[in-house]
Amino acid sequence: MFKNYSWDWGVFLQPVSTGEPTNYLGWLLAGFYNTVVLALSASLIAFAVGVVMGVLRTTPNRWLAALGTTYVGIFRNIPVIVQLFAWYFVLPELLPTSMGTWFKQLPASTQMMTSAVLCLGLYMGARVCELIRSGIETLPKGQRSAALALGLTLPQAYRYVLLPVAFRVAIPPLTSEMINVFKNSAVASTIGLLELSAQAQQLVDYTAHPYESFAAATAVYISINVIVVLIMRQVEVSVHLPGYIGGKS
Amino acid sequence: MIEINNVSKQYGAFHVLTDCSTKVAKGEVVVVCGPSGSGKSTLIKTINGLEPINKGDIRVNGTSVCSPKTNLSQLRSKVGMVFQNFELFPHLSIIENLTIAQIKVLGRKRNEADDKGRTYLDRVGLKEQAAKYPAQLSGGQQQRAAIARALCMDPICMLFDEPTSALDPEMVNEVLDVMVQLAREGTTMMCVTHEMGFARKVADRVIFMDAGRIIEDTSKAEFFGNIEARTDRAKQFLSRILQH
Amino acid sequence: MIAIDLLSDITNSLPSLAAGMVTSLKITAIAVVFGIVWGAILAVMRLSSFRPFALFAQGYVMLLRSIPLIMVLLWFFLMVPQLIQNLFGVSPRTDIRLVSAMVAFSLFEAAYYSEIIRAGIQAVSRGQMSAANALGMPYLMAMRLIVLPQALRATVPALLTQGIVLFQDTSLVYVIGLADFFRSAKNIADRDGNTVEMILFAGSVYLIISLLASAGVQFLQRGGRYVKVG
Repeated sequence: MFKNYSWDWGVFLQPVSTGEPTNYLGWLLAGFYNTVVLALSASLIAFAVGVVMGVLRTTPNRWLAALGTTYVGIFRNIPVIVQLFAWYFVLPELLPTSMGTWFKQLPASTQMMTSAVLCLGLYMGARVCELIRSGIETLPKGQRSAALALGLTLPQAYRYVLLPVAFRVAIPPLTSEMINVFKNSAVASTIGLLELSAQAQQLVDYTAHPYESFAAATAVYISINVIVVLIMRQVEVSVHLPGYIGGKS
Repeated sequence: MIEINNVSKQYGAFHVLTDCSTKVAKGEVVVVCGPSGSGKSTLIKTINGLEPINKGDIRVNGTSVCSPKTNLSQLRSKVGMVFQNFELFPHLSIIENLTIAQIKVLGRKRNEADDKGRTYLDRVGLKEQAAKYPAQLSGGQQQRAAIARALCMDPICMLFDEPTSALDPEMVNEVLDVMVQLAREGTTMMCVTHEMGFARKVADRVIFMDAGRIIEDTSKAEFFGNIEARTDRAKQFLSRILQH
Repeated sequence: MIAIDLLSDITNSLPSLAAGMVTSLKITAIAVVFGIVWGAILAVMRLSSFRPFALFAQGYVMLLRSIPLIMVLLWFFLMVPQLIQNLFGVSPRTDIRLVSAMVAFSLFEAAYYSEIIRAGIQAVSRGQMSAANALGMPYLMAMRLIVLPQALRATVPALLTQGIVLFQDTSLVYVIGLADFFRSAKNIADRDGNTVEMILFAGSVYLIISLLASAGVQFLQRGGRYVKVG
């Protein structure tokens, strides 16, 4: 497979042939930067939306619960690339004309980043919702009753009793979701956002060294994986409740 | 038939078995008793190599269990074992449970295995249940089926690891009856059990274990009849267990 | 009005859309079958006491779960033609995209399937292996006849759900230009200028198929005859 291929790891240090004042490594790093910004922004949205929806799905109110179920039903059953195209191509058309025009006049990269962040945010949010819901449901039923019996309102019960423990239970699956959002960020390349995998493709097009480019991008994704796991492990340790293993009593 | 010579086993710093030695002759029925954690289940599982040992030697019919040259699969096919939790295979029917090892390990033809299976099912009183699945049988029935499964392999000896401990009291006897019958037919048996009634009825010898060691290894008559001569630990155990 | 236009647009493009869907389904089917087989092998390797096997399986799974599927698709799109050239000495004249996609998906999904199956194997009581061993069955025979059947049966819902995820993931072959259902829809959108309608249509189709499939899995779960012993 590699018989006629001349490896050249120095290609990363070569200045780019488009005349920009950077080398190919610089391109990759720019891509990495976009990936991180995209993933972290999307995570913030995902947590906010996911927690709300997860709570809604566990409330006794049928309409609120249905809202949560619908949200999950839509955002988990359509491929992420289709959702992304919907945000980027469809939404600007469906907005009121003034907003639509404003959006289309933004710099292209901003349009792409915004669409991607919203898309990944809501996509991940649906999965976070399910995690939080499971976390709450694994708690003994008496927890809610005891909280209410003390006179706490339902929102207070969620805030002070149910959610704190549900979060801790949800940390391991949340770690997976954090890793997933970094991986899913690659889909933004399909609408032109120059994140890491897109830049790797650029390198393949501009240099004659596809293997090195892909290898480098792959190495970065693996490193991201490792770093996320380490950080989440730290989080888990710092919020650990003594004697309470994984939420099971 | 079975020789256990100076067997020791440890998990890290924990000594599960320390210097255990005993023999079981052909046709003998030996009962192993003792408190929980005494290592009796572990000891019986070393005999067919399910538990490896650190020191000592075990021989079944002259073949060393621990030697790397021994074909363990073949050896195990000749030593029958019955487990506390029955361990019937839930995805196979009762008759399939009895024939699978005959076909796959002993290489018997399907109808030969089937006939043998049905014969033994009849012997343990489960002829009607052949086509059923384990989940549809009671605990006592499952354990009898498990005994039949072991017998189908025509073993030279049978090992029982607390066969009635997981059963409801009403079903203990139906299983014990099968075991008594086997003993009376001259089967070489080694049983880990708390059922002293069974021991008194058919055992030839009783072994008492505590904390990984064999403390007592005497004839049934001696063990139950001459309690005064027993070690303190054994006396303590007997006084508690014989009150039932 | 839009609806009628949309309907006529779709009816006109039905052949390409149908062909695209067939491609999507083909990839899904191949990847599910090979993914489960290779995943089961990986799971057994992972649990084996032979260190090189365990380490290989662990490394394989970790690697493929760390990289985005898009990168895996691009890698295989890059490598498969070279591989075929070296293995068979023929320069692939036919469109290699489908083959490289199938290979990529099978190898990728196997990593996910192996984790599901591994959990399933570990959930089978250890006593089952002991009982099989006690009857004289060596490890691999016991694994094949006794443990894996139970593990697979117990994990069928999870395996099927992963299959639904796989079906949705096939839309990513967009990046290698393979004409699956979504790519076909987008191509038609580019050609006819009705991007909004086609994207919404494609989304709805995936939504309906996935919802029906999930409902099917749940139905199977409730009607399952397999009951645990003990």
